[in-house]
Amino acid sequence: MIPSTLEYTKASSIDEAVAAVAAGAVPLSGGQSLMPMMRLRLAAPHAIVDLSGIPELVGICEDEDEIAVGAMTIHREVAASQLIREHAGLVADAAGGIGSPQVRNRGTIGGSLGHADPHSDMPATLIAAGASVIAKGPNGERRILVEDLITTYLTTTLEPGEIITQVRIPKSDDHSAYAKFHRRAIDWTVVGVGVCIGDDGVRAAATGVADKPVRLTAFEAVLNGGGSLDDAIAKVAEGIEPHAGLDGSAEYKKHLLGVLARKAHAEASSR
Amino acid sequence: MGETITVTVNGTAHTAEVEPRTLLVHFLREQLNLTGTHIGCDTSTCGCCTVHLDGDAVLSCSTLAVQCDGREVRTVEGLQAADGTLHPIQQAFHENHGLQCGYCTPGMMMAAVGIIEQQPNATDEEIRDALEGNLCRCTGYQNIVASIRAAADQMARS
Repeated sequence: MIPSTLEYTKASSIDEAVAAVAAGAVPLSGGQSLMPMMRLRLAAPHAIVDLSGIPELVGICEDEDEIAVGAMTIHREVAASQLIREHAGLVADAAGGIGSPQVRNRGTIGGSLGHADPHSDMPATLIAAGASVIAKGPNGERRILVEDLITTYLTTTLEPGEIITQVRIPKSDDHSAYAKFHRRAIDWTVVGVGVCIGDDGVRAAATGVADKPVRLTAFEAVLNGGGSLDDAIAKVAEGIEPHAGLDGSAEYKKHLLGVLARKAHAEASSR
Repeated sequence: MGETITVTVNGTAHTAEVEPRTLLVHFLREQLNLTGTHIGCDTSTCGCCTVHLDGDAVLSCSTLAVQCDGREVRTVEGLQAADGTLHPIQQAFHENHGLQCGYCTPGMMMAAVGIIEQQPNATDEEIRDALEGNLCRCTGYQNIVASIRAAADQMARS
């Protein structure tokens, strides 16, 4: 189908983009979620502001403690980054498995977070990695933990007028991996689990089992309390009530949680 | 309401007025009459509409024409040389019977060129992985992979 009528502007600076979003425009990053929704008329923004003309939103660099990933950096670049592979391997895993090469050539890390789809791969891995975003709005800049960013289906704690400008991933020596299950190539992830194993303990998060990505707190608690992996897997779905859907029953998704947590844990341990 | 854009398509600059909501695939098919790029699914699943934007394989159904202002697009019509010589991928699809009904073929070939450029030494398994965004409803994948393998080998030799 053809999207409904809209006004289009292309911002050449972050301030220009913020002004447009504050005036009601919807930010367009890689368009791999928003464009299909516009085609199906699930979304019909009256105005969009294209973020692809803002050079400072693209690229990956580092300081002493963190990797800074520009919000408009495409999944292909994230997947190929040695820096991200070294310090947060699960994020590179997830980026390399999103959609198809065509989608990874357009889709962006910031767009994936801002869209907040509960089946996205990227947010869960960034939560497990302890990452934050930098959001800029009419009242300036602030830092939000990815764990605090997504509240429910397609909904974030971004204020009106705020856009994500950067994702900041802590540099760590954690061993980490992401494991997911989807029914066919390019299909939505049914369930995905990211696991980070570090000196300060295990952190894990999952996608596809709630209205937002969730920390696997019971799984973490068992392992961080010295319990066995089997015991942790037995408790992995504690407190989680997945929604039944066309992609599987709640029981099935809980089963997948255990299978994938084990798989991600094994892969992370082997790295 | 119209926006004036200039897009270089297969080496030729086209200046045209488009509505901002016009998808790249509609611009190519309906305004430039380049109907080799197909529309398959409307849900970014099938890959039929794959073209190259500044050298990267992308879905032309998920890109607005206005976003391509000042940029270079290559479609299946741009694969063949000016003198009519087929591109190695076209030749390989021909020789290896890489198509049945042909509907997915333009997207398959554009994706394939992207794969060969990104991973010139891709194994058959890597080729299959990289084709995850292109569906062939005739399920002719064996010969598609064989065609891409043959084209990659041919392009590596020349």
